[in-house]
Amino acid sequence: MDGFSSWFAYVGDHWSDVLTGTLEHARIVAIVVVTATVFSVILGILVERHPAARAASLSIAGIFLTIPSLAMFALFIPLVGIGNPPAEIALFLYAILPILRNTVTGLDSVSPAVVESAKGMGMGNTQQLLQIRLPLAWPIIMAGIRISTLITVGIAAIAVLVGGDGLGGFIQGGLTRLGLPNSYESVWVGTIFTVALGLVLDILLSLAQRLTTSRGLRI
Amino acid sequence: MSSEAKIRLDRVEKKYHGTSVPAVEELSLDVHEGEILVLVGPSGCGKSTTLRLINRMIEPTGGKIYLDDEDVTTVDPDKLRRRIGYVIQQIGLFPHQTIAQNIATVPRMLKWDKARIAARADELLHLAGLDPEIYRDRYPKELSGGQAQRVGVARALGADPEIMLMDEPFGAIDPITRERLQNEFLRLQAELKKTIVFVTHDIDEAIKMGDRIAILGERSVIRQLDTPERILAFPVDQFVDDFIGAGSTIKGLNFEQLSGLRLGGYPTIRSDQSPQAGLEALNESNKTWLLVVDEQNRPMRWMREGDLQQSTGSYQDEGSEVRIRLNAEDTLFDSLEQMLQSESGSCCVVDRHGALTGVVEMAHLRRAIRRAQVEARRHYEDLEDNA
Ligand SMILES: Nc1ncnc2c1ncn2[C@@H]1O[C@H](COP(=O)(O)OP(=O)(O)O)[C@@H](O)[C@H]1O
Ligand SMILES: [Mg+2]
Repeated sequence: MDGFSSWFAYVGDHWSDVLTGTLEHARIVAIVVVTATVFSVILGILVERHPAARAASLSIAGIFLTIPSLAMFALFIPLVGIGNPPAEIALFLYAILPILRNTVTGLDSVSPAVVESAKGMGMGNTQQLLQIRLPLAWPIIMAGIRISTLITVGIAAIAVLVGGDGLGGFIQGGLTRLGLPNSYESVWVGTIFTVALGLVLDILLSLAQRLTTSRGLRI
Repeated sequence: MSSEAKIRLDRVEKKYHGTSVPAVEELSLDVHEGEILVLVGPSGCGKSTTLRLINRMIEPTGGKIYLDDEDVTTVDPDKLRRRIGYVIQQIGLFPHQTIAQNIATVPRMLKWDKARIAARADELLHLAGLDPEIYRDRYPKELSGGQAQRVGVARALGADPEIMLMDEPFGAIDPITRERLQNEFLRLQAELKKTIVFVTHDIDEAIKMGDRIAILGERSVIRQLDTPERILAFPVDQFVDDFIGAGSTIKGLNFEQLSGLRLGGYPTIRSDQSPQAGLEALNESNKTWLLVVDEQNRPMRWMREGDLQQSTGSYQDEGSEVRIRLNAEDTLFDSLEQMLQSESGSCCVVDRHGALTGVVEMAHLRRAIRRAQVEARRHYEDLEDNA
């Protein structure tokens, strides 16, 4: 009980820092997910029907995910300096695979008969893509965006190590003072608000998914 | 000659990339305005390939295709396809769009105004036998297979194309619904008079739907192209004969009406005549059965010699009842079915007041079949002589 009350006391005392940290964290996530979505969906569309390009892009996006995050964040400091940019680039690379993979899978899942009939009625390639294939692949693409968002929210806590903003500050601050007063509270604040942010974003995205998916596709 | 051909294939060839044998080889074919031409043949013989060449879903590797004497390769393929209805076996309705939106696909691309599109969608739903109030805003997943297929046909008719291409459109439907859809479609076509190329691998469907049938062999080579009647009466070779299968003679009976038969006299007496008169009439003819008719000449009972000898002259409950009466518009096939069930082995034909106009016997059918075969053979001999 004591842990909880001291935690609440800590949040109460640092309320404005917590809010700022959460908003900064959300901002990084938003920038990363939006750019990764645009990039990956376009890439997915381009490579879907080209087996070699498709295999290559999926493998490369997969390799990004295996690079240890600590190293990945540091790798971009020489290029863009410290602060949020190296963190955003690293997170962007992590966020690609789920969206890219689901874009390709989603486009694959569109029934060939549907595409055949669209073409047969005189729809050009762009019309087929925008009116038929993307709307049908959309629920699957959205699922990929949600996974990328969750991954990004979690890993973004490391941004603080390269001089970035976000809730990672509370965790790092706590860890460097471990054992001293309020150190655990600080770590917990960072962790819990990160998780909460992830949950809130996921709920928002699932709402968006429902609103942007045709009633004819809902199960 | 080309002026009456709505669609014309001129030595068309399609060789798929990476294959040595063409899927379609030197195919020349005219489709006349307003007819249903059926392409039928074993699976893999190139029917779909042939059909897809017409609306340029695939490009030919040789030859020319003309619509209304216009070379299709000179037209923008998307614009071309908007002028041609296309129906495939899997239908391919857009699952994320309502039925009305699906049907409005081509009108929308042609940029019709909203009110006209909505009116057209309702009109087509009516045509497809679906109540617009109920189905307009439904989604494809809420339809049965038969309904989805009707919507598929309605969608292909969207902007009232002159030409329809149909690739096994009823192939995935259960037999009972298929039969109903076929009949509905034939009724619709009687009104719309589209030029239709219809692909199927089912010879019975071909016989039923086709004004003319092209029986295709390997590489889409035409083995026989003619009306169903003539193909049934005179298959040109073993391949066609095998493909038509058993029962072609019986199937052929579907194409001739009883009105085409010359029915000779048949022994009859009116019900107020004596059995003795009946016996005399029967003896004069060389038949086994006699018909008793009422005052209005309506056939009532079949009687044999023995029945007449024992008759009281009232004829009620004597001999056997005349149960089935066919009309002049019924087919020889209908009469065959009745004859097989009837004790007398023959079948009464009546006019619209029910009065007897003649009696069909097996010999009539035999003669009709023989005549059709002879005519068909002579037709092919004439063709050969002219060639
Ligand atoms: N896209 C394709 N690439 C290569 N070969 C094909 C392709 N489509 C069809 N074929 C081949 O062409 C032949 C004719 O196919 P198809 O026109 O579909 O026949 P059908 O419709 O009569 O069953 C078959 O041997 C088939 O394997
Ligand atoms: Mg086929």
